[in-house]
Amino acid sequence: MRGDAGHPIRLGFSKQGKVRFVSHRDVARAVERAIRIEALPVAFTQGFSPRPKVSFGLALAVGYESRAEYLDLELRDPIDPAGLPEALSAALPDGLDVTGAAALAPRAPALQEAVTTVGYEVRVADLAPAALTDAVRLALAAETLPVPTTRKGRDVVVDVRPGLEHLEVAGEAPAASLAVELSTRSRAARPAELLTALRVLAGVDAGDGEDRVLRTHQWIERDGARLEPLEADRAPLASAEAGPRALEACA
Amino acid sequence: MTTLWPRIEPLLARVEKPARYIGMESGSVTPEHRTDQVSWLLVYPDTYEIGLPNQGLQILYEIINERPDACAERAYAPWVDLEAELRARGLPLFSLETHRPASAFDIVAFNLSAELIYTNVLNCIDLAGIPVRAEHRSDDAPLVLAGGHCAYNPEPLADFVDAFVIGDGEEAVGEITAVVSAAGRDRRRTDLLRDLATIPGVYVPSLYEVHYDGPAVAAVEPRYPDVPSRVEKRTIADLADWPYPKHQLIPLVEVVHDRLNVEVFRGCTRGCRFCQAGMITRPVRERPADQVRSMVRDGLRRSGYDEVALTSLSSADFSGIDGVVADLVGDQEGTGCVSLSLPSLRVDAFTVGLASEIQRVRRTGLTFAPEAGTWRLRSVINKLITEDDLYASVDAAYSQGWRRVKLYFMVGLPTEMDDDTLGIAELARNVVAIGRRSTRAATATISVGGFVPKPHTPFQWFGQNDAPELGRKVGLLRDALRRSGAQVRWHDPAATFAEGIASRGDRRIGRVIERVWRAGGTFQEWSERFDLDRWVDAMGAEGLDPHWYVTRHRHRDEVLPWAHISAGLHEDFLWDDWQSALAEHGLPDCRWTPCYDCGVCTDHALEHVVGSPVPPAGGSQGTGQDLSRGGAVPVRFLEVARAR
Repeated sequence: MRGDAGHPIRLGFSKQGKVRFVSHRDVARAVERAIRIEALPVAFTQGFSPRPKVSFGLALAVGYESRAEYLDLELRDPIDPAGLPEALSAALPDGLDVTGAAALAPRAPALQEAVTTVGYEVRVADLAPAALTDAVRLALAAETLPVPTTRKGRDVVVDVRPGLEHLEVAGEAPAASLAVELSTRSRAARPAELLTALRVLAGVDAGDGEDRVLRTHQWIERDGARLEPLEADRAPLASAEAGPRALEACA
Repeated sequence: MTTLWPRIEPLLARVEKPARYIGMESGSVTPEHRTDQVSWLLVYPDTYEIGLPNQGLQILYEIINERPDACAERAYAPWVDLEAELRARGLPLFSLETHRPASAFDIVAFNLSAELIYTNVLNCIDLAGIPVRAEHRSDDAPLVLAGGHCAYNPEPLADFVDAFVIGDGEEAVGEITAVVSAAGRDRRRTDLLRDLATIPGVYVPSLYEVHYDGPAVAAVEPRYPDVPSRVEKRTIADLADWPYPKHQLIPLVEVVHDRLNVEVFRGCTRGCRFCQAGMITRPVRERPADQVRSMVRDGLRRSGYDEVALTSLSSADFSGIDGVVADLVGDQEGTGCVSLSLPSLRVDAFTVGLASEIQRVRRTGLTFAPEAGTWRLRSVINKLITEDDLYASVDAAYSQGWRRVKLYFMVGLPTEMDDDTLGIAELARNVVAIGRRSTRAATATISVGGFVPKPHTPFQWFGQNDAPELGRKVGLLRDALRRSGAQVRWHDPAATFAEGIASRGDRRIGRVIERVWRAGGTFQEWSERFDLDRWVDAMGAEGLDPHWYVTRHRHRDEVLPWAHISAGLHEDFLWDDWQSALAEHGLPDCRWTPCYDCGVCTDHALEHVVGSPVPPAGGSQGTGQDLSRGGAVPVRFLEVARAR
């Protein structure tokens, strides 16, 4: 959908506070409303039921917070992205804030394919710091970490070990948390599945408390370098001369 | 009062759609709760997705929050998963804005939109930590109020609700606030209730004694001389004075009717005899067209919605609707994809023309509501759509690109014979045949609901069909429409029967509702949670005969359980209209034809507020048409259809 004559823009945003309970799909709807409130010259898909050209990156589970969410949108007319964070943040619900914007190079790879690694900060509920440290050590030493879970409504067992790129206890008790990096490749592991594996290793069941997960980074690994999505695939300066493309907006 | 949020937050990770419980909608407010303010908790006793769009609740929310002496928050019925989590931890029903416990409010007020949500009202009161029965409430318990269309028969909930508001709430909420404020927080509950009963439109059931004569109600009498023997509904004279909601709530979760909704008029005088809404909301009060335009423009700009609905009971009847629609569609040229929708009772070329103006792109489905299968029966219910009108409308729709037409019908209407029921099938087959002339892909969906007689309508005396009879009629239709290209959908006759128990119930039905609730019967509008046996068992346990309440025809001299509540309609008018129905006589729309004195305007110094004194362009049902005919099946259409 991208690249040919439109003006792609990548936005970074955060999702924090009560709004963490809003689903990925409802966040998308809120973004579409914000685009209309700000009357951004967004391009529309062709066809029977035109939709604004907005594509989101990796879904964030309901209940998780994030400082590193991204979406791409395509505009009919070139505009300076510098003003977008403030304008869109004002039009979005509290807790959803646009933190950065960059014009994208034509034919930049889509977020879903480009992002290779995701970083999280996790506060684990009801697990003593010593037990947590032991579980982390065992997890890193293990060859496999099979976890029973559900995918598409079916009970399956997934191995979270291959996708585990980094895991360490950060901070001191009682505010200890985990720094986690998970690969999006092959069978992407989920933070909740990793926590299940750690609890199995610690020999405890999930308690009444709620694990708190904050997504801190998304990285695009390319030629051995780690790039933030707003850095990767930036448009070269002065590329905004392609001219607005006539797109059938609605009627 | 501290917020419950820290205790609720961890529970939300365990429940479905947790964003239903966080509030934060654009348009919501976060009140300070000063001690000199009367605090209202407005509760819609169904899920957030169903309740949030309710315009009545949103209007009152804004009006109360604009007052310096009051504040309002909202709550919706928590779904069963969160309810279980709350009860397991001793946590109560809470408000969405500040997550305060419901019992911290001065007033907990319920919107009553449908009878099957009554058990949820009890559940919410109980979850709030308030005694379910009004008589058990202490002086410091919140005042439990209720309003909405179902309040016109308040008796089934009389044991649980301290006071009902009958009719439009815009003015009454201010008057109630003033009375509650003046009484102070150290008042005796009984004194406050006596004060509230002096407000016009406010009904305090505990101040009335119900006398019975065997199974029948003999009289409902006030216990004190200063309590009115009959409570008259409230009516705001002019909608132009009430441009609410000014800041419609924009939910974060997808809800039903998820779009900008602008009320273009209130009331309807089409006179459909089955329709309670049309009878109790008279007269017609139109909003000025310019106010409609500005509410749409401002609302779209503020909300970011790409859809707006012009709401009323029949928006194609709005004076100058074609001009308003043309302006709105014209306004959007170049600004993107805003679609417009409007409900209409009319089935004519004018409505289809409006629809084609509106739905330039997405011509997916168009809905018509003939309600009955034959002209004879449509004359009985005063839904005066001729077959010519219907066929011409669907022909216009299919030929202009619509592929699916949806038709609404009821079964179990007064005087209905199997020929009438099968008339639905004939209409449906003809509609599909007409559609196939335009497109091979033409389909029709036939949606069938069982008729439930409602209080304050000409059909309030009619004995409802029982569930097996409704099921038999649905079966007739399904058989007749096999391999017809028309799909039949129907409402569960068992749920229709339970609705009938509550619709015309008297005060004794309160015990039944309480039993159903205690047996776990919440969310009765949700088919997976409905079980008629619970209702029948509860009736049995209370020694009440369901058929006496549901399927029995009432006599003229019978005291109806809601006789002390007035919708402004003369009882003579309702009875005469019932007799006209039985005689198959139609009645024109009094907006455009001479007054027949139903009682609403003449007795209450009201009048229609309409922009145009003449019927809408294109002619329409009941606006001067020849009512003596309409059922001649247009053979011309049929022959063409069969030839293909």
